[in-house]
Amino acid sequence: MSLLELRRVDKIFGGLHAVRGVSFGVEKGAIFGLIGPNGAGKTTLFNLITGVYTPEHGDIAFQGKNIAGLKPALIAERGVARTFQNIRIFRTMTVAENVMVAGHHLHKASIGSAMLRTRAYDRDELALAKRAHELLEILGLAELSGEVAGSLPYGSQRRLEIARGLMLSPQLLLLDEPAAGMNSQEARTLNEQIRFLRDQLGLTVILVEHNMAVVMNVCETVHVVDHGETIAQGTPAEIKVHPRVLAAYLGEETPESAAP
Amino acid sequence: MRAVVRVAIAAAVLLAIYALRLGVEAAFTEYVQRIVLLAGINVILAVGLNLINGTTGQFSIGHAGFMAVGAYGAAYVGVKLAGPLHGALGSGAAADAVIFNLALLAGALFAGISGLIVGMPSLRLRGDYLAVVTLGFGEIIRILFNNAAFLGSATGYFGDDPSGLPPYTNFFWVFAWVVIVVVAIHNLTFSQTGRSLTAIREDEIAAEAMATPTTRLKVTAFAISAAAAGIAGGLFAHMQAGVRPEDFRFEKSIDMIVMIIVGGLGSISGAILGGIFVAVSLELMRDLQQYRLVLYALLLIVIMIVRPQGLLGTRELHHWLRRKKPATPAAPPERA
Repeated sequence: MSLLELRRVDKIFGGLHAVRGVSFGVEKGAIFGLIGPNGAGKTTLFNLITGVYTPEHGDIAFQGKNIAGLKPALIAERGVARTFQNIRIFRTMTVAENVMVAGHHLHKASIGSAMLRTRAYDRDELALAKRAHELLEILGLAELSGEVAGSLPYGSQRRLEIARGLMLSPQLLLLDEPAAGMNSQEARTLNEQIRFLRDQLGLTVILVEHNMAVVMNVCETVHVVDHGETIAQGTPAEIKVHPRVLAAYLGEETPESAAP
Repeated sequence: MRAVVRVAIAAAVLLAIYALRLGVEAAFTEYVQRIVLLAGINVILAVGLNLINGTTGQFSIGHAGFMAVGAYGAAYVGVKLAGPLHGALGSGAAADAVIFNLALLAGALFAGISGLIVGMPSLRLRGDYLAVVTLGFGEIIRILFNNAAFLGSATGYFGDDPSGLPPYTNFFWVFAWVVIVVVAIHNLTFSQTGRSLTAIREDEIAAEAMATPTTRLKVTAFAISAAAAGIAGGLFAHMQAGVRPEDFRFEKSIDMIVMIIVGGLGSISGAILGGIFVAVSLELMRDLQQYRLVLYALLLIVIMIVRPQGLLGTRELHHWLRRKKPATPAAPPERA
């Protein structure tokens, strides 16, 4: 059984059929790439999986249970973490606080015990801070934990989003263009970090990315969408030479354009 | 050990407030004392309102309504409890203290429940719905009290005694409650709950994606904020002979918003300064009467231009004095 299974998912915005009958399965422990030209519906698929949108048709099964239409917070609680294409960190909070926000499930202390600062509260708070520190260390952000998140450079903000997502102790991590705005050195580090998450933390990763160096290097399976429809799926090597993928990215070679 | 230390600290603080009370009552005229009490009540209002408007970023512009619920609730419960409790406990100061604090808690409870009723439908949605709903709520509550015969309608509620409500409110109780409310809300703000509330303000979509129960937290924060306004209302009610509907007009809500904007939205110390500022400036502008709204509007415009984050921004004075960012342990002390 796949960890995540989409079956004939449709999403329509008014007159725009943003996602049309997309199906794919992601096995546990996979690093799965989702690519396609701008406006192909990649982020819409992420928003469908994480509950921001509800599909018009189709099922989205996570660990065998349908999650389509559940609220985002519930899906996150079940173990689906994500990052955002247009970085959504909590800008005025510190790096450590950003990560700790996602640790709601680790903080059992009630509002009353927070007001009274009971021993149970302090214990949970310390455990949370410790876990946050571990995750920041994995992403190489430990030294910045006291900094205001909004002041970090772009690449660090993207890694902070990953650390924050990990705080949910997720099964599945959705990364929406994690390498955007990163230089090639940072992108290489990112590759290693993504592999580390899979190998050491046992995560399954789905990646939307335009940086082909990252996609081809780190993904084992690549799924290509264009105009909301699946056009190919395969290994990076297969995808690189797939005629429909080339056509979608580079344009079709029609008789007129070939003529001049 | 922790409990013993805390009881000792609490006792010391209460004793200090009591000593201060004696000092203030000896040193100042009735007029100045009244301003000091109003400043304390304002601090409770501002710190409470800041939790929802500043920390959580959900704008309430009808908080005078919750203050009214607390004021009427505390006054009514106080009057009705006085008979039986004086019978049981005698008529000393201790009995008065018990009655008064039970009345205040009742006022806070009523205000908190109205907060839940107002907040539950309007905070399910993302956006500025709360502002519209609270604006309406403030007016509805005032008109309800204006027409509630058992609460004296437009003349106001003066209790069963011809001399009016018992003057329970004094320096000691006002500032004891200031300390309780400020400490409770401060601890809440710098906790996991407070982090989640701030996260909701910063980016509600991201907060939801991080499994934050946004609606529940917003409603809870709103109810706590309303309950704080209720306590302030109860203290306010027992400062005078009675409570009248016109004490809680829309202007009162605006005063509260001025308090937190002057001090800096999201800062507890800012709210404290803002509360004091409004108490003093209202007194200084007493002769101007209705023109003070114009002055407040000008003040808000100037603040928005010159210092949009308010006096303190989202910072806290004590963090600034310690020259470090708040509360959260930056790293655990020992590595496992």
